[in-house]
Order: sequence, then C-alpha cells, then structure tokens
Amino acid sequence: MKVAFYPGCVARGGCPELYPAAVKVGERLGIELDELTGAACTGAGVLQEKDLRLGDALNARTFAMAEQKGLPIMTICSTCQGVMSQANKRLKDDPAYLAEINELLKEEGLQYRGTTVIKHLLWIMVEDIGVANVKKQFTRSLKDLRVAPFYGCYIVRPSWALGFEEHPERQHSLEDLIEAVGATAVEYEGKTRCCGLPILMINEKNAVAMVAKHTSTAQGLGANAMVTPCPLCHLNLDGYQPKAAKQSGIAIHMPILHLPQLIGLAMGFSPKEMGLQRHIVSTKEVEEAVAGRAPVGAGRP
Amino acid sequence: MKVTLDIGRFNPESPGPRPYRQEFTLEVENYFTVLDALIRIREYEDPTLAVRCSCRASICGSCAMRINGHAGLGCKTKIISVIKDGRVRVDPAGNLPTVKDLVVDMKPFWDKVRAVEPYLQPEGPEPVDEYLAPEAAMLHLVGVMGCIMCGACLSDCTVLEVDERFLGPAALAKAYRFVADPRDGATLKRLKQYNGEGGLWDCTRCMECVQVCPKGVAPMDRIIAMRDRAITAGLHGTNGARHAEAFADIVKHNGRLDEIRLVPRSYGIFNVMNLGAMLAAIPVGIRAWRHGKLPPVIPHKLSERQNVRRIFDKVEGRK
Repeated sequence: MKVAFYPGCVARGGCPELYPAAVKVGERLGIELDELTGAACTGAGVLQEKDLRLGDALNARTFAMAEQKGLPIMTICSTCQGVMSQANKRLKDDPAYLAEINELLKEEGLQYRGTTVIKHLLWIMVEDIGVANVKKQFTRSLKDLRVAPFYGCYIVRPSWALGFEEHPERQHSLEDLIEAVGATAVEYEGKTRCCGLPILMINEKNAVAMVAKHTSTAQGLGANAMVTPCPLCHLNLDGYQPKAAKQSGIAIHMPILHLPQLIGLAMGFSPKEMGLQRHIVSTKEVEEAVAGRAPVGAGRP
Repeated sequence: MKVTLDIGRFNPESPGPRPYRQEFTLEVENYFTVLDALIRIREYEDPTLAVRCSCRASICGSCAMRINGHAGLGCKTKIISVIKDGRVRVDPAGNLPTVKDLVVDMKPFWDKVRAVEPYLQPEGPEPVDEYLAPEAAMLHLVGVMGCIMCGACLSDCTVLEVDERFLGPAALAKAYRFVADPRDGATLKRLKQYNGEGGLWDCTRCMECVQVCPKGVAPMDRIIAMRDRAITAGLHGTNGARHAEAFADIVKHNGRLDEIRLVPRSYGIFNVMNLGAMLAAIPVGIRAWRHGKLPPVIPHKLSERQNVRRIFDKVEGRK
C-alpha cells in the first residue's frame, strides 16, 4: 500500500531514533512512503489552546495535500494521530466551518474536500496489513520480553473521533502486536492513562509523578519493557525516568521502546539499527533478550 | 443472560478494614443496567452491599462508579454494552475516599466546585426587570449547564491521581460556565483566580473527562477555552501561557516544532522565579545530547513556511 507519510516533528526532533526505525519497518512491510514534506506541525493540542481555528487550518492544509495525492495519511505519533482525527471530525461534521477554513488555504491553491483518511502505523499494521502478515516478516521471537503497552491519550480518546466503533480492534491493537512478536503483554491500568508530558514545563512535579506511577506499576507486574506508539510519551517516560525514580524514591528501570523498534527487532534489525543506543534508560535487557533469539541478520530478504 | 459482577468492596466497620473483592453471578435481562444488577444483588443476595442511587435515569448524578476501570453512571450503562467474557468489573469512583463499597465521599468534589465561586457575579446597577443576555451568547453554555455533578470526570482525572490540589474538571467546567456568561462581571478576577497553581494550566489534556462524562459536558474543552481567554485577557505570566505562545510563535515562523527553543521560552528567559527549573533542565539536556537524542540545534524549517505564516496572520488578524 502507498501512504502520505506524516512523521511529525518529534520523530526527527526530540526522538530522532524514531524516524529511521519507522521508515525501515514501513519499507519491510511493503508500505510505500510518500512523505508530506511541506506539511506543518499539527499543533499537538498546544496551538489549539491558543486558537482552535489555527490548528484546524494547519491540519486541513495537510489533509488537502494528501487528498491531492489521493492517499491516506500515515502517522507514527499518537498525538499527531489524535489531533488530526479530532480536526478531521470537526471539518467533516460542519460543511460551513470547512468552507471557512478552506478560505484560509485558497491563496496556496489548496482546498480540502473532507475525504482524507488518517491512520497511525499501529492501525495500518493491525487493520490493513493484518497481524498475520506482519508476523510473516518476523525472524526472531522476543519471548523473553514482558511488555507493558502504553497507548498515549490521543490515540484512545475521545473514542468517537478515533473510529473505535467501526474498529473495535483498535482497543487492543498494541497488545495484539506485542503477542505477535512472541512477547507477553502485561495488563495494567496505566496503559491508556497520561504520561504527563503536556504539563512537563508547567508542573514538572506532576508530570514526573505520572512517569513514576506508570513505569513502577508495570515494573511491579513483571514488565521488563514498555512500548508506545507515541514519541511524546517516549520523551517523558524515557527522558524523565531518572528524575521519576529520584522523586518517587522507587528504583525504577523500565526501558521504553517505540512501536517500530519493537516490530523492527522482531524483523531481525539490530538494536543499533533501531536506534536503541539513543535512549536515556538503558535497553540492555531488551538487547539481551534479542541476542538470545536468532542471530542478527538471519532471514533477511 | 448470565453475568458475574466483580465488585470492589470496603466495609469501614469491619475489624481492620481493608478493600476486598467479591463476585456475584446472576441472571439478568438484556435491558439491565449495571445499577439494575447491583440493586438486584442488594435485594436478593447481600443486603449489606452499599450503592448510592436515586433517579435511575441519568439525571441525579448519584451512581457514578468505575465500570471495567472507567467512570460512568451505573444507571446509564447497559450490562450488554460492557460485558466481557461474562464478567463486569465494578469499583467505587476514583480520586475520592470510599465511605462503603460503591459509595464515595463527595466532599472533595464539592470543595472544589465551591472554590471557583459557582454563582453569577454581575456588575453595575441591578436592572429594573431582569438580566438580559443574547441567546447566541448563552446557547453554547447549555452543554456546560448539563453537568449533573456526578463526579465521573473527577474519578478518572489523571492529574488528581498525582495531585489532589488540582481544581479538577467539574469545577473548572463550572468556572467556564460563568467566565463565558455575558451577564457575569467578574471575568478577569475569575481568570486570575483560576490561573494559579492547581488551576487551569495544570490540566494535562488527557481527555479522560471528555470521554467519561455521561452528559457531554467536555470539561477539558472548557479548560482549553479558558486558557485561550486567559491569554487573550493579557494573563501571559504563567509557564502555561508562555508555553502556548512560544509553541505557536515557533510553528508560525518555522512551520514545525523546535524543542530546543521551546523549553527556555516556556520558562521565560528572564524569569528569576523559574531559574531553578531552567537550571534543572540543563542536565536533562546534556544527558539527551550524550545519547544523541538532542533535537537539532539549527531547527528544521519548512520550505513552505510562508504559507503557514499567512494562515497565522489571517487567523490572528481576525481575532
């Protein structure tokens, strides 16, 4: 399948390991990536608190670009996905509003008709490619890993903007992929809660307390890694984990993987190719679990 | 249909009281709500099961509880819509102290609502007849006025989980109801009051409250709308306002985010109060740099950024 690829800012900013990992995994899955290089930031919910219309206009511009190409948008960030899904719903539900926003795009020669579909790589793997087909690309089983899923708020709420009714499988998409790589999915309450990043620079103590709560709970339940489809969650859960351990007084050690990294490791890519060395929290246990399973490079096409 | 209700219970009068779980399996009709099933248990199986309810029609707001881990009204949630492998998990509402079984103490909830001064504060001389307001200005408030004070939003608020001082979704939605009311004369005073610690900038935008509210009040959307109003009213001196403004300014000029400049600008470059936070961010930055994780020092800029800037100019010009 071919997609209009929207990597988002953080995949090449604060989490530079995500972009190459996602591209490698996407290519291996046979997804042809047509990157939307002219698309702007979604606003990440922050721009929206200054002015909702600004965010909607920037996103309508991106949707129009994909519409021109006749392609669905593929995201690799829960926040991008959620912010875009919400904007798309507002634009599609209200033709008068859509017309008003289109006025802002006119000068650039763009017009959004309301037909663009926006899908996270997570959903594309589960719904379009299918877990069984994704599994065909795997060369190692990561069965020593007990992985706690961490969805990120924007890819689960509000459910009515994210197509959960038509796609009930989205509720357990991460667990499905964790099981597919041969690992065990760890069930805990925090999997759909907030990582705290949006208030990191506003109330750091609370933001870091959220990191401590979710990583320590997962650790207590025997998880030895956490996986997230959201680089913003990764920034906080990984980057601020040392602070979370200090603040909470709990010895937390929870390697945080980006979703494409987990999939890529099962595909036979090396930890280095997936950029694990760039994480703040050491991923040694994950690398050991990988090293114990099939030689690196085995089964490469 | 057979269902097993897995109920989180607590009896304060038992010796050494601690929460425990108890299961009840019963036959229910397709139209049964979770509350119907709980009442059936109380009437036929265990009269000591404590559950609070009154109207049974999503109006009184008494029966908010956690159903399969998420807040909702027992009387509005059909068993058939939540049953999974023959089971439904029921717990008392979160973020509030449990009195007994599914009954929680609503005092913290009401304390927060009272703290926002939830009554109209008009200014100027009293009109001869009544306060008049244009219909258009009131219509959009109907959604907020629909709040039945059930506490579902408070139960699942992710900030309250880590900080009980946060005013929380219900109280802030109520606050918005007066901030946006054209008859209220205390708007600026209110915005200044809600602008402080534990106020509107402490919401983490997780949307739990939007998701679980049984009446469509969308508290978080009201909080975001108040942030917009606070900035517009000239209240720029918070990390939250600086963060939003810096974020917008960076996207306006680059078309994309530039995390390196966002951090100091959110703290306020010449803000002595935040010097500690700014200095504390330095080791985090150094650690990121050592791992090759630091965002690009020369920011990525969109080649078509003039088109983005034009959209900003048009929208901001109209404001």
